[in-house]
Amino acid sequence: MADQDPAGALVVEATGVGKTFGDAETSVTALQDIDLSIRSGEFVSLIGPSGCGKSTLLRLIGDLTSPSGGSIKVNGKPAQRARLDRDYGMVFQAPVLMDWRTVAKNIELPLEIMGYAAAERAKRSAELTKLVELEGFEGRHPWQLSGGMQQRVAIARALAFDPKLLLMDEPFGALDEMTRERMNLELMRIWSRTKTTIVFVTHSIPEAVFLSTRVVVMSARPGRISKIVDIDLPQPRNVDTRETERYFELVTEVREALRSREREAAAPDVDRIRAEGLA
Amino acid sequence: MTAAVATAPSIANPTAAPGRRRVVMAWLVIVIGLVVVWEGAKWLFGDPWRIHTSLLGLPIDIEHIPPFKSRIATDLSLPHVWKVVGAFIEPAQRNGPPLGLILAGQALFTFREALIGFVFGGLLGLLLGVGFVHSKLAERAFVPYVVASQTVPILAISPLIVVATKAGWVSVAIISAYLTFFPVTIAALRGLRAADPRAFELMRSYAATKRNVLWKLRLPTSVPYLFSSLRVAAAASVIGAIIGELPSGIPDGLGSALLNYNQYYTSGPERLWATIVMCSIVGLGFVGLVRLGEVLLTRNRYRPQESR
Repeated sequence: MADQDPAGALVVEATGVGKTFGDAETSVTALQDIDLSIRSGEFVSLIGPSGCGKSTLLRLIGDLTSPSGGSIKVNGKPAQRARLDRDYGMVFQAPVLMDWRTVAKNIELPLEIMGYAAAERAKRSAELTKLVELEGFEGRHPWQLSGGMQQRVAIARALAFDPKLLLMDEPFGALDEMTRERMNLELMRIWSRTKTTIVFVTHSIPEAVFLSTRVVVMSARPGRISKIVDIDLPQPRNVDTRETERYFELVTEVREALRSREREAAAPDVDRIRAEGLA
Repeated sequence: MTAAVATAPSIANPTAAPGRRRVVMAWLVIVIGLVVVWEGAKWLFGDPWRIHTSLLGLPIDIEHIPPFKSRIATDLSLPHVWKVVGAFIEPAQRNGPPLGLILAGQALFTFREALIGFVFGGLLGLLLGVGFVHSKLAERAFVPYVVASQTVPILAISPLIVVATKAGWVSVAIISAYLTFFPVTIAALRGLRAADPRAFELMRSYAATKRNVLWKLRLPTSVPYLFSSLRVAAAASVIGAIIGELPSGIPDGLGSALLNYNQYYTSGPERLWATIVMCSIVGLGFVGLVRLGEVLLTRNRYRPQESR
């Protein structure tokens, strides 16, 4: 499956990754035996029920937390090295904008930290404001913008320093359906323009299918990859993509993959509860 | 949905501030209410009085004997409001300038000491907060002492500071700073940690240094917290300055005026009251200045209604 784009270099390489939270007695296994390779230019969605560790996997890639086992390499380097080299941009579910900064200044934040000169910052900020179509709002403050616009600022900020990898943790999860679909189209446009590799966490099946080149279906307790679905919808994707037959087939395939895992995961639990109840 | 990084402010309408006029009205109502209660108490419990005069040729003769008697409402303990107001206009000494003018000069002197104490205390408080936020060990080791420092009565240690430093108004400023740093430290401890955890993660994803995080995230987030404490600190700095003046024998401030009029209370209780009023004017004015600074500095922020 990773051979889909043989020319692309490996951007993310996870081998045997596991993550447990808590100490020995109260430990919860969030992730187990995760093997995943993502190549340059891919758009990979992680989807699964809550508690499947999809956000944890994303945070492991970004070195916001460290694995309990296995190894994660980003751009061929350990995840920590990649973070210190500023190899990726991050977008959260909430925009997490600084309300004392204007839109332009928010976009410039990473550039300030990374020591870009003022002129270069202004140039990048102007380019990105254009890319996310927020021209005219540069001087506004985040709280003067709608939720969708705020998230666009967050995306612009993540792209400001031109990272090779974009990590997105349910970025449109807090938006209404219509705004979300519009943001999906926007993201497709941005992705095709910037050629950034994107890892995208979502719990929306249509969103995952519409956006991705591959959908990684995960199951919970412990979090594992249960299936990887190749999304062979033609590029560029647009409003019509959602109405093609292939789109519906793929949505169904992902849904089936999620459901089969749910049934499997639920069964032993019920048995265990019954056993404990009898004992 | 949280747009703001600071977790404290929640959704609110930023345009829904009460009108300036209504604020002034509310303030007037409170002042009038206070006067009514004050004079009402005197009417019911105070000393009897009699007006025997003539106005436009008409003889006036009014006598009032309060139905009850209480020591707290006598003219000695609770002079009439107009007498206190009048004390500002009347000269403190024969042929001297009016008391109000003298008090204003002394207030300015005390304010200067308080301001210096406030600036140094505020900076010290912030520095301590920054230090504690970056070192759990330092926080656990020193915060109890910071708290303990405020349980020592300032009245007891101010003479020590005055004697030890022998520095005139500088020692007064030190005492003022002693009262000022504490609320700022406590607010800084909270405010510097108040940013959204994801904002810290964002900084981590940029491989930001601790200094970056401090300047670009922690300090801006802490501004509203700091200003709340600075308002407390402003009032405390004035109290600190006045208390510091008492043992240092500085004649130029409100502290000496308080001592003086306290001593001669029986011959002019309204003067002490006028001095007390002046002290609170200094405190209120200072707090108002801090508030003004806050408004100017946080103009562009998303503000919850209750902070207006």
